[in-house]
Amino acid sequence: MNWQRKNLLGIQELTTDEIIFLLDSAAAFKQVGERTIKKVPSLRGKTLVNLFIEPSTRTRTSFELAAKRLSADVININTTASSLVKGETLKDTALNLEALNADIIVIRHSAAGAPHFLAKFLQASIINAGDGAHEHPTQALLDAFTIREKKGRIADLNVTILGDILYSRVARSNIWLLTKLGARVTLAGPSTLVPRVFEQFGCRVTHDIEEAIRDADVINLLRIQHERQRKTMFPSIGEYAAMFGLNKERFSRTKPDALIMHPGPINRGVEIDSEIADSDRSVILEQVTNGLAVRMAVLFLCAGGKHED
Amino acid sequence: MDAAAIQRALTRMAHEIIERNPDDLGLALIGIRNHGVPIAKRLAAQLNVPIGELDIGMHRDDLALRPPRVGVSQITFDVNGKTIVLVDDVLFTGRTIRAAMDELNDFGRARQIQLAVLIDRGHRELPIRPDFVGKNVPTALTERVRVHLAEVDGHDEVVIEK
Repeated sequence: MNWQRKNLLGIQELTTDEIIFLLDSAAAFKQVGERTIKKVPSLRGKTLVNLFIEPSTRTRTSFELAAKRLSADVININTTASSLVKGETLKDTALNLEALNADIIVIRHSAAGAPHFLAKFLQASIINAGDGAHEHPTQALLDAFTIREKKGRIADLNVTILGDILYSRVARSNIWLLTKLGARVTLAGPSTLVPRVFEQFGCRVTHDIEEAIRDADVINLLRIQHERQRKTMFPSIGEYAAMFGLNKERFSRTKPDALIMHPGPINRGVEIDSEIADSDRSVILEQVTNGLAVRMAVLFLCAGGKHED
Repeated sequence: MDAAAIQRALTRMAHEIIERNPDDLGLALIGIRNHGVPIAKRLAAQLNVPIGELDIGMHRDDLALRPPRVGVSQITFDVNGKTIVLVDDVLFTGRTIRAAMDELNDFGRARQIQLAVLIDRGHRELPIRPDFVGKNVPTALTERVRVHLAEVDGHDEVVIEK
């Protein structure tokens, strides 16, 4: 297979072959991080702009380090420092970046579809680093990379995504990716945050946490997105933790080899107890390491070679 | 070149590698993907030395001219201080070897790097020369040299295509 995409806008549009090609490429870049010299010249002379119109530390840092390990130059633009607060439109900001010959624009925006909008009129590669509650493709790819590395496959695994599904772009990207690769996906959490309508995505919806975690090979815990919830979706944090948090007692009833994942930042004592987050079945920090490799692969494939379009 | 000729050439090259590195302390072979790897394995089988695989996808100088592709280099031994023999099927412009040396340097500092190729077809574009050659084959720029190896292609043969 030859990679032909200049942009990575979402998982939904990717074929199974493209996802596998990307995950295989990420394996090569993971190895770069383990060498004496952790830098390769693949994107030498290219400029990457991190355009983050919504707060983020980990994703932005990960993209920045990924670009630097590929020898690209990096500029970071965040909301508070940007002229967007002075009234400039997103389109004008992006056109200005392109006038500076930016080759890659990594965008995070609170509006779903913002990266797709930029891709319509920019020559630069557009990488979606999270658009509203829509998609967060590199997170889903790094989750899949981690599962594949630990379990050797994705097909036929039972993956439970637990928590705030409604407001989660991570959940949507994960659902698309995991179902494409043949996993059985179960969504669980309070009915206000995990509506039945998600069954249309080809996954199972349950509000019974015991049943959701019992047969799971992978449990992916999502954070409650306080910043995205317009009104209270559950009575209190304490009640959420009691009803749906992964505590020691529930943990003891999971499969002995079930992986515990979390995209971060974790809220200890809410969706996950501290001891579980730090246990040897938790792969939360490995997800961070793998995120770097996956983002290097995405940047390399989208901006590194020649594409027909 | 048929299977027997390829095997004779590789046997001779293995002997030359030993003659050139008589103390054999820290000698290792590293094959360049894809076809350099089986050749390195055949040579290593006669030399009893460690072997690795290099993928040069991240160091190509023609990255902007082709679809992007990258694989994992596999070097399980410490490169530092070793004498490394890079192995490839065909030496042509020398650009693959340049990329391979850059990739190898990322793993450490070898004491010496030598180059073994089954076919040298000429037309170098960089100041690179082989230390061990299976066969010199004068070619025209428009011709293609194809090396088929049993491990990947099912049979051993070297052919020149117009």
